[in-house]
Amino acid sequence: MRRPFVLRHPSVLVFLALLALFTLGVTLLSEGMGLGLISTSFVKTLGKTLCLCLIAVAMDLVWGYCGILSLGHFAFFGLGGYMIGMWLMYERTKGIVLDSLVNAPLPPTPEEVRAAIGTQIFGVVGGSEIPVIWTFADSLLVQLALVVLVPGLLALVFGWLAFRSRVTGVYLSILTQAMTLALSLYLFQNDSGLRGNNGLSGLQNVPGLLHLPQSVVSIGFFWASALALGLAYVLAAWLVSGKFGSVVRGIRDDEARVRFLGYDVEAYKLTVFTLTAVLAALAGALYYPQAGIINPAEIAPIASIYLAVWVAIGGRGRLYGAVIGAAFVSLLSSWFTGGGAPPIDLGVYTVQWTDWWLVLLGLSFVAVTLFAPKGIGGLVDLVLPGRVPDRHGADLGPGQGALREAEQARTEDGK
Amino acid sequence: MGHLLRLCALALLFALPLSRPAAADLQTVLQENAEDVIRASRRTVEDVLAALLADNDPALPAFLEQWRGRNVYVREADGLFLYVEEIDRETYRLLDIVTRAEIGTAGRREVSQLRPNSGVQGVIASALVEFQLRDPDPARRGAALDAIARNPEAGQLGPLGRAAEAETDPALAARGARLVTFLTIAFADETADRVAAIQSLSGDLSLDARAALNPLLTTRLVLAEGEDPPAGNVAAEVRPGSETLSWEAAYEMLVQAGRAPAQVSDADRNAALVANLAEGRVAGVAVASLNTEAARDAAYAALAAEGIVPPRQTEAERRATAAGAHYFLVYTEADPAVTAAAEQALGAIELRVALNQVLDLSLDALSLASIYFLAAIGLAITFGVMGVINMAHGEFIMMGAYTGYVVQLFVPDYTLSILIALPLAFAVTFAAGVAMERLVIRWLYNRPLETLLATFGISIALQQLAKNIFGTQARPLTSPGWLDGAWVLNDIVSISYIRIAIFGLGVLFFVLLLLILNRTRLGLEVRAVTQNPRMAASMGINPDRINMLTFGLGSGIAGIAGVAIGLYAKVTSEMGADYIVQSFMTVVVGGVGNIWGTLLGATLIGSLQKGIEWFNPSNTLAAQTYMILFIILFIQFRPKGIIALKGRAAGE
Amino acid sequence: MTGMLLEVSGVSVTFDGFRAINNLSFQIGRAEMRAIIGPNGAGKTTFMDIVTGKTRPDTGTVVWGEKNQSLLKLSESQIARAGIGRKFQRPTVFEDQTVEENLGMALKEDRRPFAVLLSRPTRATAERIAELAAEIGLSEHLPRKAGELSHGQKQWLEIGMLLAQDPRLLLVDEPAAGMTPAERDHTTAILREAAKTRAVVVVEHDMDFVRKLNCKVTVLHEGRVLAEGSLDHVTSNQDVIDVYLGR
Repeated sequence: MRRPFVLRHPSVLVFLALLALFTLGVTLLSEGMGLGLISTSFVKTLGKTLCLCLIAVAMDLVWGYCGILSLGHFAFFGLGGYMIGMWLMYERTKGIVLDSLVNAPLPPTPEEVRAAIGTQIFGVVGGSEIPVIWTFADSLLVQLALVVLVPGLLALVFGWLAFRSRVTGVYLSILTQAMTLALSLYLFQNDSGLRGNNGLSGLQNVPGLLHLPQSVVSIGFFWASALALGLAYVLAAWLVSGKFGSVVRGIRDDEARVRFLGYDVEAYKLTVFTLTAVLAALAGALYYPQAGIINPAEIAPIASIYLAVWVAIGGRGRLYGAVIGAAFVSLLSSWFTGGGAPPIDLGVYTVQWTDWWLVLLGLSFVAVTLFAPKGIGGLVDLVLPGRVPDRHGADLGPGQGALREAEQARTEDGK
Repeated sequence: MGHLLRLCALALLFALPLSRPAAADLQTVLQENAEDVIRASRRTVEDVLAALLADNDPALPAFLEQWRGRNVYVREADGLFLYVEEIDRETYRLLDIVTRAEIGTAGRREVSQLRPNSGVQGVIASALVEFQLRDPDPARRGAALDAIARNPEAGQLGPLGRAAEAETDPALAARGARLVTFLTIAFADETADRVAAIQSLSGDLSLDARAALNPLLTTRLVLAEGEDPPAGNVAAEVRPGSETLSWEAAYEMLVQAGRAPAQVSDADRNAALVANLAEGRVAGVAVASLNTEAARDAAYAALAAEGIVPPRQTEAERRATAAGAHYFLVYTEADPAVTAAAEQALGAIELRVALNQVLDLSLDALSLASIYFLAAIGLAITFGVMGVINMAHGEFIMMGAYTGYVVQLFVPDYTLSILIALPLAFAVTFAAGVAMERLVIRWLYNRPLETLLATFGISIALQQLAKNIFGTQARPLTSPGWLDGAWVLNDIVSISYIRIAIFGLGVLFFVLLLLILNRTRLGLEVRAVTQNPRMAASMGINPDRINMLTFGLGSGIAGIAGVAIGLYAKVTSEMGADYIVQSFMTVVVGGVGNIWGTLLGATLIGSLQKGIEWFNPSNTLAAQTYMILFIILFIQFRPKGIIALKGRAAGE
Repeated sequence: MTGMLLEVSGVSVTFDGFRAINNLSFQIGRAEMRAIIGPNGAGKTTFMDIVTGKTRPDTGTVVWGEKNQSLLKLSESQIARAGIGRKFQRPTVFEDQTVEENLGMALKEDRRPFAVLLSRPTRATAERIAELAAEIGLSEHLPRKAGELSHGQKQWLEIGMLLAQDPRLLLVDEPAAGMTPAERDHTTAILREAAKTRAVVVVEHDMDFVRKLNCKVTVLHEGRVLAEGSLDHVTSNQDVIDVYLGR
């Protein structure tokens, strides 16, 4: 009989163990739990990093395994953040409004409370009406459902349109980028109902938990992020391990061939695209309460491209690669841009890393693409030589599948 | 009528040549008519003016100005007309009315002020206008017209009409005639004159024509006493609850007319409840239970029943009251013939305005399309010929723009600097493109997604580099003086010369590229490599060289586009990123590997964006959103763009 | 329809003015072997593209099965599920996956995403894969990545994948290219065995191989059928000699 899933995939077990160790370690060293060696803000940074790792896993699924270079997953991430942010902001404002009305001569009516909340939240964009899309903002359960439903539905509709018309490769990438741009431009409008470029703020204050200090809340979110990442990792590993994974990788390498085998390629792509969109949305819903603020700039196409950069640097086509890439690059990035890196004095010119980090990142990204297509994760193959497949011929990576199909067509045509 | 006749006499006098008879001076003439000057009335003042004008002393305009402003005095002793300056409360310094020289001092009581009444003042003002309008200096005549146009008055109509007929300068005559039309519309006595003037403006596109007509159609809301329309020039009946009259406003009008009780707003209700609060209860209801609107209404109703507060009408009752009354829109202009003519004339104008707006919009769209075309064509070449997505294309545009900026730092002459900058920008970005092709892209052929990412890496590095070198603030790229301004067809249709120049540049490059691709050896080889690289290689074409040159060409054009875009937008390190998505859209919509396709794509996207902006002009963000949505849908129906390569050449 | 499995009639297709298929008609029965020969550009590959749904013809009909279903409205994957398997001229196997995974993917099972997601390998599927591997001589290579196989082995793997699909019609493009004589014999045997229960269409250049198949032959030329019959019959046809064999 077959061995249990985790035993067949030892990397999953290793990953889960490391994640658990890391979570416990950070918790013990945090301010909230005693030792205080790790500041609350750094706990938040680490928690956010775990969320970024989660969306990187989603990106790896859709790109590294299914070959769809989506430049739109941060749109789903942001939407997830907005959905949970609506509840956080609404309920928090409601608390403030009720507090301020407690000494009014007449007890407040629900209409008065709503009007006051509307003025509080939307005064900044010159409105006081609560838009229709905030109808369920007072219900945590509904907003949690919307975290999954809204991005999921968007991915489903967009994916259906895109895959149905057989848009592939770079065309698809550009189309997803266009979708992201459209969404962020839409949210930048003041009358989008989500406060335009002000975005939603004060999300770190969780209604109902206001009596707890941020140091404890941050640990809570850190745990939730770690749990989500662990579950998503297992789910992703399970997806790509069986026949489904086989078909999905087949689609990445030679879409037409999979089609001739009788698989409905569009349905598979749509499944993976939508599922990863939901994962991205969950990551966003966990990320923004830790970040405290969300605005449309977070959804800009550039964010999604950075996501691709993380996954590529970490090594796509392997789930731990995505996690390593996201954690490594985003932490390094905040170290460099936060002024943590010491400036280098070249005599004539002093390299300030806040100015030069992006140049370094851009160039090292080119270097990784050119010289180390397997990314950081490729180092694991060096350590574990037994796992390197013994095969001749050129390396096959994602993205080459389409080419081979084209070559195939050309060869046949040339006959 | 006598009044009119005298005015005509005055006009005849003006018609005389404005020469200077040396016979008498101003003071003499004034003394001759002293009685009429001092006790001037509307009836007599024109005779005086006629006499003064017949003499036409150079000091006359200044005198008239002072007279109108009640600054002319008469010395009691000898009846001499003079100006005064106050030395102290009791003493005046006396000034000659012609020379303005001091001629002595006098006590306050020794002089008396001339106090022309308002009618007289009006006649003097008209005469003054006429003076200005007949000034020998055309510039001053023009200034007088401007003054009238700024602040038209009824009294100006007569003098202006006469002056316009006598005007010799054609441009000023035309302006004068136009002003006469506007003044006629506003002030003429005869309906027929006004209607004729209005009709003469029918279909006139200028802003001032609309400004002259619109006030005629201003209306006010009037609450009718009964069902019949009120007196006056009624435009229409309006129902409450419509766009022009909300339920609130309608009810408020009834309240103002004393025909309905005043509204008790929610705030009033709450205040009344608080005012009648005693020992935690209002009208027998516990305060704590007043936490719904219904409970508060009930409590207020209880108060009202006790007669403590006025009764409160519900929304439905207020609406019913408002609906029972009749409301009319009444023109402020009393003459129905005039308003009807104005309606008609404005209707005709609006139709022509709409047509011209379409024309203006098309010009705008064309100009935007040429910018998109310039930005996208380089991309179309590299994408189409090599299948390479160059995410750094936008940064090449930026490099071109910064090249222009640097050239202007060294070459102050703007015309010369642009002429240097265009080829230099091409050279710089051509070199950058070739370098990038040799160093990076060459190794990534056949891996399109990785090329996309690698070029993105270059893009962020270049962008940050530009930021480090040039700073984050926008840098100017100044266009030559002869490109300033705009080509103005009328008050609606205009297009700036820079945009025309960019359009010309777009056309130039379109033709140039067509020639290169279809008429040269290089073009032949490029097309061969596009359609079948392996076959091309076996024919002795070196695909490496073709790829390098093609990439250089595409990048070089991006540099030129950068100069062009920099001329009308600011040069920043992020300017490339603003165009990259639109450029991709243009290429994808147009169809890959075809210059005509890019042209059509740019035209489509440009017109689409302008068209959507026209529907919702206040919101360009929404316009871009809808445009992108449209493109996503468009790709559903033509996944390979407007012009798609078909069959085997498409290479699947 | 009279017992025919596939009936192509009056099909034409044009690429940028070039008529690749010109009023082509073709039929094949339920258990029949057919060889298609023809010079370069005769339209052999385009014909297969039309049947498998890769190319839509400008005119004509393609009718399939007992229910006389039109294939023109179906997508490639639907056609494949309807029972038409295709082997490409150049082996196209999933090089990054093991032989076992390649075969497993091709096995005739529910192909809907969620069914596949929830499917667990069973003893039956494992046995079927082992059986197929034995038939194509790759039993020892099951855990190896397909990319590591030799060209001939990849051809075999692709034939194995075709058989795993259990199609009612096999479209086979030059199955013997790059094979040793012994391997060719094995291929012939497999194809003839398959033709006992299903329809097999073989596109081939190699006359010896066609002769070994010993079946009806259709000669294509400039997108239409030039001749049809036994190999001896068509090789004695003057038209065929002129366009194909004579030059």
